Amino acid sequence: MINIWEVNETNEMIEKENLDVRTITLGISLLDCIDSDLERLNDRIYEKITTIAKDLTAVGSDIEKNYCIPIVNKRISVTPIALIGAAACKTPEDFVSIAQTLDRAAKQTGVNFIGGYSALVSKGMTTADENLIRSIPKALAATEYVCSSVNVGSTKAGINMDAVRLMGEIIKETAEQTKEKDSFGCAKLVVFCNAPDDNPFMAGAFHGVTEADAIINVGVSGPGVVKTALTKVRGESFEVLCETIKKTAFKITRVGQLVAKEASAKLGIPFGIIDLSLAPTPAIGDSVADILHEIGVEHAGAPGTTAALALLNDQVKKGGIMASSYVGGLSGAFIPVSEDQGMINAVEAGALTLEKLEAMTCVCSVGLDMIAVPGKTKASTISGLIADEMAIGMINQKTTAVRLIPVIGKDVGESVEFGGLLGHAPIMPVNSFSCDSFINRKGRIPAPVHSFKN
Amino acid sequence: METGMDKAIITVVGKDTVGIIARVCTYLADNGVNVLDISQTIVSGYFNMMMIVDMSAAAKPFADISAEMDELGVVIGVSIKCQREEIFQKMHRI
Repeated sequence: MINIWEVNETNEMIEKENLDVRTITLGISLLDCIDSDLERLNDRIYEKITTIAKDLTAVGSDIEKNYCIPIVNKRISVTPIALIGAAACKTPEDFVSIAQTLDRAAKQTGVNFIGGYSALVSKGMTTADENLIRSIPKALAATEYVCSSVNVGSTKAGINMDAVRLMGEIIKETAEQTKEKDSFGCAKLVVFCNAPDDNPFMAGAFHGVTEADAIINVGVSGPGVVKTALTKVRGESFEVLCETIKKTAFKITRVGQLVAKEASAKLGIPFGIIDLSLAPTPAIGDSVADILHEIGVEHAGAPGTTAALALLNDQVKKGGIMASSYVGGLSGAFIPVSEDQGMINAVEAGALTLEKLEAMTCVCSVGLDMIAVPGKTKASTISGLIADEMAIGMINQKTTAVRLIPVIGKDVGESVEFGGLLGHAPIMPVNSFSCDSFINRKGRIPAPVHSFKN
Repeated sequence: METGMDKAIITVVGKDTVGIIARVCTYLADNGVNVLDISQTIVSGYFNMMMIVDMSAAAKPFADISAEMDELGVVIGVSIKCQREEIFQKMHRI
């Protein structure tokens, strides 16, 4: 029988260490909404989302009350809109109307975000893909809840450098169109390599075409719990350190699994996966950087950080996989800058640079995430940063992503405030040497060799 | 787990005072909730009690009991929390 110490441990995790379920994300296929008439398409999309997701937020609150565990976000992901709108949308403007429909559906269902304003173009772009991509700046400026992602590379197909070049421009344009809000639109736009079909986390969530009609995916969290557990094993060996992380990850993930099963049963929608990511928030004590500090580096970014992060990421997976029957999504430690107070402190202390962050992304999910850079950064430079990150993903057979915010009108030394879960970020310097001639080449980088792994 | 049971865990944390257990148990008895086990300890000077209860014959839905226990806690001056047992089972048992 459960004893008082176990009960207290769980409740302390929730009350003092920020244990929560970060998101219940309801994936909805919109394939059966496809129509060549734009108005009818929009009506069908709205109808389907608001019908399937009508009880999502209520069920989420219900589960919160049953277990006294916060479920921070309830979200929806949909089939990539470039596919859904291909028959009806002849111009970028047409796609913007779908973004507005998604926004209305999100408002109606009471979710925090809706993801899937996406295109998958790792090998090539259709006309619809390109129209959707070109519509992103306007779509993100005209909506509140819509999140967008573009997959520009994969280990199997290589990197579509035409799309990489275009995304540099699109990110700049999105920044420009939302400059009154410190270029906030870019916080809702991610560029991926090897994007997973079942990611519950925003801004990159979309409902892959290989998925069922509707599915429940859950993202757990709990950096604060891992950090607190590690304070009790200071100075101990790596064996003890790893064992502690594994056990803690197991406990966190079991809560996620419970919530996922319960949400699935109450909504009558099958359970998909648990995403094991350690997702930080700007709240004090909810930081991945603080875990790295506890493992033994003065600040995230100090020598040893990449090794510490690799160890952390691997142990979280080992503990988490044991705890859940289905694991998927991104499943790794997130290292966003603006959403993690410890990362912000590391940048402000001069310990953490863009280059070190890039190195860190080799051993964890997901990539250069929520990094504010000077608004004057050239589109080709942004494309260069994207290309580097995509190459890491392609070669290492992992998901990588870029979510950069070139804050229009701001420069190094200033900072930007996004508020809420998105936090605030100091503007980080970007290497100013040119990569124009590289980025301006046409075509794609071929798929890599899958042997000779050195 | 025993069949037919609907187990929940009630935790009461706060400054010790006369009649905490009595008032909590009176409320539970009035609402058809059966107490299966009680353990109590003092953590850093604070009263800390855990009850395992069976709600299968409860007079009200879980959410109502949970909300009313919360209110009762405010009246007594302690924090009362009511959670379904599964969260602890899942986290602490393989």
